[in-house]
Amino acid sequence: MAGKTIPIHSASAFEYLTTKKDELVGWARKFSLFPYPFVTACCAMEFMAVSSTPYDTDRFGAALPRFSPRQSDLLMVVGTLTHKQAPILRKVYEQMCEPKWVMAFGACATSGGFYQNYAAVAGIDKVIPVDIYVPGCPPRPETVIDGIMKLQDLIARSKHPLLTADF
Amino acid sequence: MALGVLDGVKERLAGKVQEASVSHGVLVLELAPPEVLATIQRLKSEFLFDLFLDVTAVDWLGQSPRFEVVYHFYSTAHRVRLRLKTRVPEEDPTVDSLVPLYGSARYMERECHDMYGIVFRGNPDLRPILLYEGFAGHPLRKDYPKRAEQPLVRYRDSPGGRS
Repeated sequence: MAGKTIPIHSASAFEYLTTKKDELVGWARKFSLFPYPFVTACCAMEFMAVSSTPYDTDRFGAALPRFSPRQSDLLMVVGTLTHKQAPILRKVYEQMCEPKWVMAFGACATSGGFYQNYAAVAGIDKVIPVDIYVPGCPPRPETVIDGIMKLQDLIARSKHPLLTADF
Repeated sequence: MALGVLDGVKERLAGKVQEASVSHGVLVLELAPPEVLATIQRLKSEFLFDLFLDVTAVDWLGQSPRFEVVYHFYSTAHRVRLRLKTRVPEEDPTVDSLVPLYGSARYMERECHDMYGIVFRGNPDLRPILLYEGFAGHPLRKDYPKRAEQPLVRYRDSPGGRS
């Protein structure tokens, strides 16, 4: 078959590029968020809405929920945290590998929402560290997407050490 | 039809109950704690109240006796409902368990024990069902402090963002 073939290693193709290590790693990490949905309450409905077709978190690389904390790097706490659930949330967080980020999804996860009683924890940040808070009862899908984008900005700006104190 | 059944129940239980009335189509009986088990036994066998719907309590703080235990029953044969109330004092909030009559009473009595501290004599398992082991007090009592927290995990030193 006659025709012009383009050699892969031609002088005109990119053979290398220069960048900073943190920018490269941050760029890769911000578009491959694997969320773990820790879903406890009614915000789950809004989580389904934002995950599925009309809004579609896949566009941000955050589509594929992993139901093992060991395979995920974004912990989405969706709904009210009760005192009885708190040890489980702590354990799930500790099982996740670094690097990991946490999103408090909705008013209850952020601050306890309108609950102030014997059963509810007034915000998950009393138990685990939180990177991004998404307000709303429940949050609109646009709010969640805004939260994901802000988290992506945060990841892109962060340092990404290849060697840590633990390794 | 339905109210006729309730009138029959009311007549035949007269003497056992302290007060009986029909409210919104529900027969309401008030009686003393020692009468509860025997009366419900009759309600089940004679009047076919075969479905035990719920047991809960009301905390009349400041009154004596303080607690009112409230039972609800339904008869699938007559299609009528019945509410049964009994007052128990704060010092000894004990009533007889309905486990020998209705198996479903096990869990409902556990919940009522959690929330109000009512003791159901004869229930073999009054462990916490909605609360957790080590929880002190009964949160739906009116004198339980609204802001009291009994966390199971130690709170982080500096709540807020990643730090």
